[in-house]
Amino acid sequence: MLKTISGLAVAGVFAVAAAASPTAAAADDMTIVSWGGAYSASQMNAYHKPYMKKNPDVNIINDESSPEAVAKLRAMNEAGNVTWDVVDVVASDAIRLCDEGLAMEIDPNKHLAPAPDGTPASKDFGDLLVSDCFIPQIVYSTTFGYRSDVAQWGGKEPEDICAIFDTKTFPGKRSLEKRPINNVEWALLCDGVAPDKVYDVLGTPEGVDQALAKLATIKDNVIWWAAGAETPQRLADGEVVMGSTYNGRLFSVIEEQKQPVKMLWDWQVFDLDGWIIPAGLSDERKKRALDYIYFATDTQRLADQAKYISYGPARKSSAPLVGKHAELGIDMAPHMPTDPDNSKNTLLYNYEFWADNRDDIDAKFQAWLTQ
Amino acid sequence: MSEVQSQSGPVLAADGSPLKVSIARALRRRKIRALLLTAPLFLFILITFIAPIADMLFRSVENNIVPDTLPQTVQTLENWDSTSGDLPGEETFKALHSDLLIAVEKKIHTRLGSRLNYEQPGISSMFRKTGRRVDDMVEGGYKAQFIKIDKDWGNVDVWRTIKRFSGDYTAGYFLSAVDAEPTADGVQMKPENERIYLFLLGRTMILSIVITSSCILLGYPVAYILANLPLRTSNILMILVLLPFWTSLLVRTSSWIVLLQQQGVINDLLVSLGILDDQNRLQMMYNEFGTLIAMTHILLPFMILPLYSVMKTVPPSYVRAAKSLGASDWTAFWRVYFPNTIPGIGAGAVLVFILSIGYYITPELVGGTSGIFISNRIAYHISSSLNWGLAAALGTMLLALVMVLYYIYDKIVGIDNVKLG
Repeated sequence: MLKTISGLAVAGVFAVAAAASPTAAAADDMTIVSWGGAYSASQMNAYHKPYMKKNPDVNIINDESSPEAVAKLRAMNEAGNVTWDVVDVVASDAIRLCDEGLAMEIDPNKHLAPAPDGTPASKDFGDLLVSDCFIPQIVYSTTFGYRSDVAQWGGKEPEDICAIFDTKTFPGKRSLEKRPINNVEWALLCDGVAPDKVYDVLGTPEGVDQALAKLATIKDNVIWWAAGAETPQRLADGEVVMGSTYNGRLFSVIEEQKQPVKMLWDWQVFDLDGWIIPAGLSDERKKRALDYIYFATDTQRLADQAKYISYGPARKSSAPLVGKHAELGIDMAPHMPTDPDNSKNTLLYNYEFWADNRDDIDAKFQAWLTQ
Repeated sequence: MSEVQSQSGPVLAADGSPLKVSIARALRRRKIRALLLTAPLFLFILITFIAPIADMLFRSVENNIVPDTLPQTVQTLENWDSTSGDLPGEETFKALHSDLLIAVEKKIHTRLGSRLNYEQPGISSMFRKTGRRVDDMVEGGYKAQFIKIDKDWGNVDVWRTIKRFSGDYTAGYFLSAVDAEPTADGVQMKPENERIYLFLLGRTMILSIVITSSCILLGYPVAYILANLPLRTSNILMILVLLPFWTSLLVRTSSWIVLLQQQGVINDLLVSLGILDDQNRLQMMYNEFGTLIAMTHILLPFMILPLYSVMKTVPPSYVRAAKSLGASDWTAFWRVYFPNTIPGIGAGAVLVFILSIGYYITPELVGGTSGIFISNRIAYHISSSLNWGLAAALGTMLLALVMVLYYIYDKIVGIDNVKLG
C-alpha cells in the first residue's frame, strides 16, 4: 500500500512534466529521450530518419529530458508507468540506472550488430562497454578553449593544461564547471601529481584538500558554469579568456560561428554517451527498442552521426568511415577528440571512482566554493 | 404565549419534534451539503498536493531499504558490539551471504549500495563488486571470502555504518541537513570544511529578505503612480509591469547577464564614458549582487500587483481630508495613506518572500558562488545525486522555517491584515 501511495505521489511530482510532453503515445509511437539542440538534430539525421524510412509504421518522438533522465526514470519506475522507450544518457548515469535496477541489461553480442568484418560487438566496442546496461554511442571530451586575441598575453598561447593555473602569463577570467569532477584531476596534474597516481591521491582526504588548494590559487579568476552552453557564450563575449566545456560546443563556436577561439586538447577528459533501455517495458516495446538499438548503433550509423557533430563514434570499426561535415564540408577527423594529434594526453572519466566518491567530494567542493 | 411559558417541556417545531433537534438536523444537512460541494476541490488538493508533499517529506526519515535488503544480517548485527573494534562474527557474514544471494537475484543490492554510499564513500562499488561474485562463493569461511572479494568488508567502519543505518527509520538525513553526522561519540558537527547547509539556509533567508525589501522600495512608488493616474495612462503602464510576466524566465535572466557582465552593456558604457578604467570593470554578475538584481526584477510584479489593487481601494478623499485639516504632505501620506496600504505590502511581501526562498534557476545562472540558494542544493540532490532523503530533509527544514516566519508574521502584522485587493 505504502509503495503504491509512494509511487502515486512521485508520479504526481513529475506528472506535470510528463503531461506537457507528448508521451501519452499511440501504439506506434516510440519515445526517444536525448539532450536536445544540435545533438538531438544529429541523431535525427543519422538514426531516426533512416529508421523511420525503414519502418514506416514507427513514429519516433523526441523528448529532451536527458539532463533529468535518472530522476525521472526513478519516478516513473516507482509509479509503475514507464513512458520512455530508449534513453540517451552519459555513462555515469547509465551505471547508476543499472545499479538502481532502472535500466535493462544488454548482451552486446546478442543485441548489437557485429562490425562489417564480422568482429562481434563486444570486441568492436571493447572497453567502452562500461556497464551491463549501457550501449555506447559517442566519445566526447571535456576540454578547454581559449581566445586567440588576448592582447595582454603578448602573443603567447596556452600549450598545456597548466596554463589554466598560470594567471601571470595568461591573465584573465576562466570558466570552469561548478562540480569537482575533472577540475580536481586537472588541479592535481598541475600540482605535480603523476598521471597514474591521480585517483590514488584523490581517494584520500588530503588529496582532495590538495586539489582544492590548487584550485584556490585561481578561485578569484573563475566564473563557474552549470550548462555546457555557458563557456562558449562567455568566450564569444570575451567575458572569459579560457574555459572548459564539451568539445562539440567549442567546434561550433570555432568552425560554425567563426569566433577567435582555439582548442586546447591537453589532458582532455574522455567520457561516453550512449543508450539505455528502461527496465519494465512490455515485451512488445522492448522488442521494438532493441530493434532500434540494433539499427542505430551499427558501424555505418555511428560513423554517420559524426557528419553532423564533432563527437567520435564509439565503435573502432566506425573510425575509418568518418567523412566530411554535412554542411561545412570540412574533414571531421581532425576535430574528433579521438584523433591521434588531439589525444596525446588524455584521461578517461573514472566511472568507478566517481560512483563511489562523487557525493563526498562534491560536498567538500561545494562547501569550499561558498567559503 | 403565556401557555408556552407555563409549560416546562421543550419547544416543539412544526412537525412535533423538539426545536433544538430540528435545528441541529437542518444545520447538519447544510454542513454536509457544504462539505459535498467543497469535497472535489479538497480531494484534488489532497491527492495532487498534500499527499505528494507528505510522501516526499516522509522520505527524509524512511530507511527500510537496509532492513528489507539485508534482513538476516541486520538481525545478527544486533548482537554485535560496534564499539569493540572487532569485526562481526562469522554468523553475520553467513547471513550476509544468504541475504545477498536473494538481493542479487532481485537486482536490489546495488540500490542498497548507493543508499549506504551517501553515508560512507566506497560502499557503492563494494556492493557492485561483491554482487558479481557472490554466486561463486563456496560454503564455510564466509568472512575470509568476503574480505577477499573486497577488503573493505574487513573494515569495521563499514560495519558500523551498516549497523547505524539498520533501522526502519533514520535521523541521518536530517543530521546531514544541519551539517552534523552520527559518530562513535554521538552526534557531532561535520568538520569545518564540509559544512554548507546551515550557511546556505542563512544566506537564502538573508538574500530573500533583501530581495523582498528592494521589491517593496521599488514597487511601492510604481504601484502608487499606477493607482493614481487616469485609467488610460495607467493601463499602458500596467502593460509594462505585466510584460515581464509574459517573457520567459530564462530570457529575462540571460538579458541581465548581457547587461551586467564585465564585458556587458553597462560596463562598456561606463568605460566609454571614461568613468571606469578598462582594467577595473565592475563585477556585477556571478555573485550575490547578480542574484539580487535579477530576482528583484523577476519578482517585482508580485509586489506591484497586490499593492496596486489595495491602493485602488483607498479613497483619495482621505488624503484630501487630512490635508484640509492641516496635515503636511508627509504627514498625510505617512499617517493616513500609508497605513491603508499596509495590507498590500503584507500580501506582496509574503508572495515575494516565499517565491524567492524556493528559487533556483536564476541563482544557478547568475549567482556564481556567493549568490546560490539552498534550493540549488535541493535540486542537485533530487536530479543529480538522487539522494532524495537528504533533499526531503532540506525541503522539510525550508518548509518548517517558512511556517515559523509565517507565524511570526501573523503575530506582528496579523494575517487578517493581508489583502490582494
